[in-house]
Amino acid sequence: MRKVAIYGKGGIGKSTTTQNTVAGLAEMGKQVMVVGCDPKADSTRLLLDGLMQRTVLDTLREEGEDVELSDVRQAGYGRTQCVESGGPEPGVGCAGRGIITSINLLEQLGAYTNDLDYVFYDVLGDVVCGGFAMPIREGKAEEIYIVASGEMMALYAANNICKGIKKFADNGVVRLGGIICNSRKVDNEASMVEAFAKKLGSQMIHFVPRDNMVQRAEIRRKTVIDFDATCNQADEYRTLARSIDGNDMFVIPNPMSTDELEALLMEYGIAD
Amino acid sequence: MLDITPKEIKPRTALRINPAKTCQPIGAMYAALGIHGCLPHSHGSQGCCSYHRMHLTRHFKEPVMASTSSFTEGSSVFGGLANLSQAINTIFTVYNPEVIAVHTTCLSEVIGDDIPNIIAKAVSEGTVPEGKFVFHANTPSFAGSHMTGFSSMVRAMVHYFSEKTGAESGQVNIIPGFVNPADMREIKRIASEMGVPALLFPDTSDVLDTPLTGKYDFYPPGGVTIKQLRTTGDSLRTLALGPFASEAAGAYLDEKCDVPCDILDLPIGIAATDRFVHALKNVAAQDVPASINYDRGRLIDVMNDMHRYTHGLKVAVFGDPDHVTSMVEFLLDLNMKPVHVVTGTPGNRFERRMTEILEGRLPDSNFSANADLFLLHQWIKNEPVDLLIGNTYGKYIARAEDLPFVRFGFPTLDRIGHQFKPHVGYTGALHLLESILNAIMDRQDRDATDETLELVM
Repeated sequence: MRKVAIYGKGGIGKSTTTQNTVAGLAEMGKQVMVVGCDPKADSTRLLLDGLMQRTVLDTLREEGEDVELSDVRQAGYGRTQCVESGGPEPGVGCAGRGIITSINLLEQLGAYTNDLDYVFYDVLGDVVCGGFAMPIREGKAEEIYIVASGEMMALYAANNICKGIKKFADNGVVRLGGIICNSRKVDNEASMVEAFAKKLGSQMIHFVPRDNMVQRAEIRRKTVIDFDATCNQADEYRTLARSIDGNDMFVIPNPMSTDELEALLMEYGIAD
Repeated sequence: MLDITPKEIKPRTALRINPAKTCQPIGAMYAALGIHGCLPHSHGSQGCCSYHRMHLTRHFKEPVMASTSSFTEGSSVFGGLANLSQAINTIFTVYNPEVIAVHTTCLSEVIGDDIPNIIAKAVSEGTVPEGKFVFHANTPSFAGSHMTGFSSMVRAMVHYFSEKTGAESGQVNIIPGFVNPADMREIKRIASEMGVPALLFPDTSDVLDTPLTGKYDFYPPGGVTIKQLRTTGDSLRTLALGPFASEAAGAYLDEKCDVPCDILDLPIGIAATDRFVHALKNVAAQDVPASINYDRGRLIDVMNDMHRYTHGLKVAVFGDPDHVTSMVEFLLDLNMKPVHVVTGTPGNRFERRMTEILEGRLPDSNFSANADLFLLHQWIKNEPVDLLIGNTYGKYIARAEDLPFVRFGFPTLDRIGHQFKPHVGYTGALHLLESILNAIMDRQDRDATDETLELVM
């Protein structure tokens, strides 16, 4: 079983990219489980054709300790298994602890069965505290992909996430598998992200072009492959899925200093 | 048990071994019990509340009632609002206290529960009955110590209840510090002898030292009432005893209601009691009565009669900073040498005060705030002492080093006396001196050969 976590700056398209890629893997016949680690619980919406009805933490709150796997896991597109960790309302409680609780619970319930080819953790934003690092602790996720674009703040966040990965990688099994560029159509985007990834010691695993098809599919609560299997963008996600499936480049990243990062942006970011 | 404590002292930064302090909520719970009809409420998991109640019971040998928000995994993720709201409802329905004193725990602090907001919500929803109250203090144990928790809860009493109405009042507030019920009783007695109308808050006398009558009171007769707490804002002055325990509340009362505050050392030993009596005399504007002078005279008499037993003996002292500060001064007045002094509560003020007291009298003493019993033990190994003074946790060092040991301060879990004998005031000093002398004399007898065993001492 390959255990994958997707990180990246808030709003960069982690959940969209994850689900579209998972749809690609499912189409290849892979058995995939997606674990949404975001209190908003919208990491499986496109696979389930709508928001997950019961998150792990909602169930825990309502049912107490007697939670069954079937209460929290739901089958989605292409036999994918979908789980949403959920969490507290904005501004109260501890979302980080929520992720720890729900991943522990999934383990106790035996959600990680041997027939799975992939588990994807879709994690909210930056690694702000220990809870959000839970998927990369203790060998839970073994490979990380960071979704970024050529925008300054996306790369800044990606670099910061690498610091978190490095901390856990030095004493554990977690490795960076690559940077997924989710294009925002900024200048020199592909070459900049490629250089950025190289500097980290990693690779840009795929350049996902910007296409309005994603938006159209999303409004209809579907992944692109599910919505229109023949369009170009569906092929892009298939390629990304194949690249991940065939990936053998797993590294401990070397995060950059802010100065190095800014120099890189100066070099690539300004088109003549 | 502590036979392998190494003599060589190596620098440590993070590690604490046998700390000389405990959790903030223990202090907060104790302070809250000094309000009449108050149920302390622990906002956290059940284990915190059980431990804190148990620890207080072991010291006072009295039942200690407190409730808990009973956090589960779910409450730590979703926040404690639902649990605290339900708790307030249940407590007023089932246990019917006059007031609930909520203190937080590490868990509710880390998740950032907004207690004032939860209380305000309970009030607006009508969960808090007319004429009853809920108030709170934040008590995260990863900062400070049980002294901090005590101090914060007393400050919260001022914050929630003290009012300045402008009414004429001849009353003086006394904040007694983290002392035993017998001490609070003695402080009230001294004030009364001095003709000072004092309001003590908190006041645990007749709460944690109640008689066995065959009838159990869930809320014992003692404790300051909310009505009395309201009047503290109109008092003439505040005497805050023990800066670590009482300054926060005293200073805040000054800021909030313009009640001037004198911050004094805990009146333990002769000099600190003199200063306390002097402060009362200033307020009362009358002479110290004969009864108090006689108390003082009897203390001096014993100090003088038994001077040859105390003179020059080296002592190691540890415990809470307010207690230890006054004890060190008392030991110097007994011509003893407090060569090692440790407290577990962080705060530079302690070290500054130690420097003031020891300067010119015993400048080479070791002292440290925010230290532990391991360091104290190492110091003793490097410079042996004749006597150890501190709470029950010192018994392991006393055993390892074969030292006479006088129990003093919180917690005393394994001896009797502190429940009914004060340590404050001249009478309290006499009790302490009695314990010190008896420990020294017992040791002399134990070590004497047949020929040197004295009949008269």
